Formats: sequence, C-alpha cells, structure tokens
Amino acid sequence: MPIKSAFTTTIDHVSILDVNANFDEKLGAGLIPDGDLVRLYEHMCVCRHLDEVAFKLQRSGRMGTFPQNMGQEAASMGAAYALDKTDWLVPCYRENAGLFWRGLPMEMILLHWMGDERGNAIPRELYCMPLAIPIGTQLLHATGLAWAAKYRGEKRLACTFFGDGATSEGDFHEAMNFAANLDIPVIFFCQNNFWAISVPGKIQCSAPTIAQRAVAYGMDTIQCDGNDIFSVVYCVRKAAALAREKGRPFFIEAVTYRLGDHTTADDARRYRDQAEVDAWKTRDPILRIRKFLTTRGLWDDAKEAALAERAQRDVAAAVERAESIPPPDRNDFFNNMYATIPPDLALQRDTMQTHGIGQDPSQIEGAVIELPAKTSH
Amino acid sequence: MANLTLVQAINLALIQEMERDERVLILGEDVGLNGGVFRVTEGLHKRFGDKRVVDTPLAESGIIGTSIGLAMAGLRPIPEIQFEGFLGPAYDQICSHAARMRTRTRGAMTVPLTIRIPVGGGIHAPELHSDSPETVYIHQPGIKVIMPSSPYDAKGLLISAIRDPDPVMFFEPKRIYRAFREEVPEDEYTLPLGKARVVCEGNEMTIVSWGSSVVQCMQAIERGGRSIELIDLRTLYPFDMDAVEASVKKTGRCVIVHEAPKTCGFGAEIAARIMERCFLYLESPVQRVTGFDTIMPYYKLELDYMPDADRIARAIEETAAY
Ligand SMILES: Cc1ncc(C[n+]2csc(CCOP(=O)(O)OP(=O)(O)O)c2C)c(N)n1
Ligand SMILES: [Mg+2]
Repeated sequence: MPIKSAFTTTIDHVSILDVNANFDEKLGAGLIPDGDLVRLYEHMCVCRHLDEVAFKLQRSGRMGTFPQNMGQEAASMGAAYALDKTDWLVPCYRENAGLFWRGLPMEMILLHWMGDERGNAIPRELYCMPLAIPIGTQLLHATGLAWAAKYRGEKRLACTFFGDGATSEGDFHEAMNFAANLDIPVIFFCQNNFWAISVPGKIQCSAPTIAQRAVAYGMDTIQCDGNDIFSVVYCVRKAAALAREKGRPFFIEAVTYRLGDHTTADDARRYRDQAEVDAWKTRDPILRIRKFLTTRGLWDDAKEAALAERAQRDVAAAVERAESIPPPDRNDFFNNMYATIPPDLALQRDTMQTHGIGQDPSQIEGAVIELPAKTSH
Repeated sequence: MANLTLVQAINLALIQEMERDERVLILGEDVGLNGGVFRVTEGLHKRFGDKRVVDTPLAESGIIGTSIGLAMAGLRPIPEIQFEGFLGPAYDQICSHAARMRTRTRGAMTVPLTIRIPVGGGIHAPELHSDSPETVYIHQPGIKVIMPSSPYDAKGLLISAIRDPDPVMFFEPKRIYRAFREEVPEDEYTLPLGKARVVCEGNEMTIVSWGSSVVQCMQAIERGGRSIELIDLRTLYPFDMDAVEASVKKTGRCVIVHEAPKTCGFGAEIAARIMERCFLYLESPVQRVTGFDTIMPYYKLELDYMPDADRIARAIEETAAY
C-alpha cells in the first residue's frame, strides 16, 4: 500500500478592517451597527487612557504593579460585545476593555492592582471571573463553568482569555482536551501578542499558527486579526453559534501585540527592538476604527476632543473612587477564609494585635508586660 | 572582597560555578536576555550563550521535569521558578520524581539539581508573588531546602547546593534581594549545608529564624536591650538542631519566627525537637511568631500578616515575663 494522507487541514485567517482601514463589505456589512461601533471606540479610548493613568499611579507609589492592556483593546472588547451578557468572561489580566464593556466598574480593576481583594468581589450578575494571576489555570475553570451550564441545560457559554505563553502550560492542554472530548461549550480565546514577558512566541509554539494546536484536539479553530474589532466579532459570533447549537468548544487565535511593557515592573527595551514596536503602532486597533469612523462621517475632531475630556473625567473619577475606599479591615483576611471561621483561627484573629500568636493568652495571664515602643510601618 | 547585595552575590555564585563546571546550565522563564525578572541572572546569557542559559516555554512542570532528565544524565541544571506562587505546576515533578529518584533506584539514578525560587512577601507584589511555602518541601523527604538571609551566606550556600549530589530548593527572600549590602569574598567558597549561623550571642533567650524574618528579629533585638541569641537556620533541611539545642540549653527560653503560616509551619518541628531535647532546661513555653493560618493577603494588608519587629518584640517580652 502506498502511503496516503491521513489528515490535512487549513487554518483560516479573518481580516475585515485592515491596517489601512480598508473594509471588507462582504464579511463586515451589518456586523456592528454604527452606533455600537462608536460606543466601542469610545470604550477602547477610555481603557487606553486608564493604562496611562495607572502607569503614573504606579510610578508615584499609589498603586502596585500594573499590566497595561495597550494595543490589545479590540480583542477582549470585540469578544465581550459579541457574546451574551450572561456568558461567562474568564480573563487573565489583559482584558480590561472587555470587562468594562460587560459593566465591571473600573475601580474594581484599580483596587485589585492596589493590593485589595475587594477588587475581586465582582457582582455575580456580571458573569465575570476575577483576573487570573497564575498563567493558564483559568482555562480549566472556564471549562467547568461551561460544563455546569450544559449540565443545567442552559445556553450559557464561557469564553476564556489567555496569552501565547499560556499555551505552554499543562493546564492549557488539559482544558482543550476536556472541552473537546466531553463536548463542552467553551470558547478558548488566545491573545497572541508575540511575547510572554521577554520570551518570544517561537519558544512557546514552533508551528506557524497557535490556532492549529486546536486541530490536534479535534476542535474547530480560526485565526483573526486581533487588532480588528470586526474580525474578532465575526469569529466570536461563529464560535458562539457552534457552542450554543452543537455544544462544541472553539479556539480563536487573535493576532495582536503588546504595545507596552509586560507590566510596570518590566522594561521591554531590554529584549525587543523598538522597530518592531513602531511597526505595530501603525496597526493600533484604535487608530484603525477612528479612521473608519471618520471616513464614514461618524467621527470628527470635535468628537475626539470631547471624548478625550470624557476619558480623563471617567478615569479620574474611578481613581478617586478606588482611593477613597477606606483601607480594608485587618480582620478581613481572617473572616473570608471559610464560611464559618474555625475557633483556632478566630483566636489568632482576636489576639493578633495584643499578643504574640504562639502563646495562648491564658498562659501569660497576670504577667505585666511592658512593650518596647511601637514602630509604624 | 566586594560589597554586594543578595542578588549580586547569587549572580556571582552562578557565574563562578558556570565557569568552573561545564555541566552547569540555567533554565527558566525570562532568565536569558532579560536576566530574570529580579535580574538575578543578569549578564549570564551574554557571557555563556543560548546553550547554557535557556529561556524555556512557560511551563513549570516542564522546567522541573526536564531538569530532572538533564540531572539524571549527569548535568547540573539550575532551573528557576519565577515566583514561589508558581511552584504549583512543578510540585508533582519535585515531590513525586526529583525527591524519590535516588531511593527508588537504590542509588542508581540521582537528581543533582538546584531549583532557585524567589520567596516571601513585603515587596507590594500581586497575588501569588508573596507566599512562604518552604514547609511543604521540608516535609517532603528527599529534598534539601535552603533559605539564606544574607549575601555572604547566599553565595556560599548556593555553591554548595550546586555541588550537592541531591535535589536542593534554594529559596531567595525577595524582600532582602537589595535591602542591604555585605562584604562577600570574590573568590569562590562554600558553606556547609545543614549548619546554622549564630547571628548574635546572648544568654537570656534564643530566637530561631530564617529568611527575611531574620532582619525583623535583629530589629526587635536591637530595640529591647535584652541579651538574646539569634540563630539563623539557613538550611531548613537538613537543619542544625545541635545549634538550637546548645543555645536553648544555655538560655532556657526560645522564640521561633517565620513568615509562613503557623499550623504545621517549620517552627512546629523545631518546637517539638526542643521538647525532645531540652525539656528540663526550659524556663518558659516555646513561643512562635509566624504568619497566620490564612491566605497571604494582597499587599494592602501584607505587613499585618508578616511577623514584624513589633510582634517579635512582644513575643520576646511575653516569653521573658513568663
Ligand atoms: C504559572 C505562572 N508562571 C509564571 C508566571 C509569571 N508570569 C506572569 S505573566 C507571564 C507571561 C505571560 O505571557 P502570555 O501568556 O503570553 O500573556 P501576556 O502577558 O503576553 O498577555 C509570566 C511568565 C505566572 N503568572 N504564572
Ligand atoms: Mg503574550
């Protein structure tokens, strides 16, 4: 017997509004109504402004490490727009735009990065999971969330976001395999921004696309221009339809770029060429929509100026809200450990400010203890 | 002699061991061109090239699992896990494989690797960047565990770890990566694993600690005006019980300080050993000042979680008054 082909496949790439703002009418017409596009654009700009403000907050010591989302706004924004309001969004940390579109108050993201768990206390009706710090872990949670929807006979999906780096973790592969083999309606949305901190994409994946990894799991997949919100919306709608109708998972590779440093703790000049960054700046998702809106007569300089003002106002107000929240109570980290605090832990909580915790206070009763002067930290 | 920070001392140890022994290689996330997120491997990629300083895919199980293979084949890998909070995916490879290989092959296969891990809180870092999980690995038979508290110790202990024939976890307290400098010999030297350091001598009370808590202990001691002996364990497994015993027999009182949670923290083991060895010498119960039995809070409250000089000073007074 001659050797014959056992399997071949192709990976489609979708681009609708290209770098020069050329628009593919066939694919793009009616995809996003004009009014919605204007609002999406405005949201993206506010999100971009938040990045700038957050950077300054970090530099002036008012906030801890912050990962800028700059350059990747179209990806999560497009996904959140294309999904139903009750589909789960399961993010990592570069999906601020999509979370804000869903309705997550901006100050919650700020609080999180200001070192305050209350930023994660997301109202249940928003169907947003808190940011995932350990890379790749949330893909399995998303698979479980979607599985629960299937179990209950709901039409709800989960869409989880992660980077190119995450596709190297074991959890990524386990999630893909579970979802494909157990028929779970979850959308895997990879933001391929070509870098995992300083490590280039080719260290994570030697294949020409990340999308083709899905093929190995028997999962439908597509690649899109992640800096083109139309392409993102097109692909997520397609994925959502398959998930809702057939209960199948779907993998989307959104090709995008991290225009900023990895986080405020990083200095990307150490490992990547400015020429590469500059080239990607011309493909900025925000520029592209502005051009498109302008040529259609939907946007002008006056509107742009008004938006810039509004962005400043909105972000400043969010910062104000985040900073005016009184500091968390010291007891907070005890009281939220279990549904009911175990007695031993309650003792630690109640004596933490008065005693060394090794000693049961009853053992030193009667001893007069003069403490050395307290220092403040 | 050079006046070095902890980061610089570790960097120097790595360079010297790589120059001395071609079998030594470094692998991990961002350890190459970027020099590691804390810059501990700064300049090494340039000096030793792609083959010996390797940026790996983002996978902790992969980093440790392949290091085990490299080590069994006779090389001396030094994998880095970027933060202690990301040891999770590597746990299986460390505990189910690296730790067991020597005994399950009755010595035919060994795993001489040194895992470097930044550890602990106090730097305003995000979630899972501030934990103290050393006890988990001390409890796992088959692994040696080190946590230095000074540049001099870090260099000597790291070189010993790299040359050690068994798997070693080398925890680097990130709070003191750059907190102070110390005279460190430029030549290579080793310090024995399993030997504590008496930081200061005293006869009223013993304090046992390790990692960045040692610095907090020193502050508390300086404030109180009591004669206190501070022991930095440095190596947590094997640990220097003889040093603790000798000191506690002299002082009769002991406070143990660590950042990790209290329950089953390594302080519990030390306290139990003191009961075994020094019961008749004790003037007061052994006291512990530790992190609480909670998840490490986000950074707004991290200093309320971590033992500080105030809490240690209080414990000293309580123990003295007993
Ligand atoms: C399990 C785990 N290992 C390491 C890290 C440290 N770390 C944080 S972000 C990052 C790179 C992530 O790259 P990618 O998945 O491509 O996402 P991007 O930051 O590019 O959006 C690394 C290594 C982590 N957070 N979690
Ligand atoms: Mg990336």
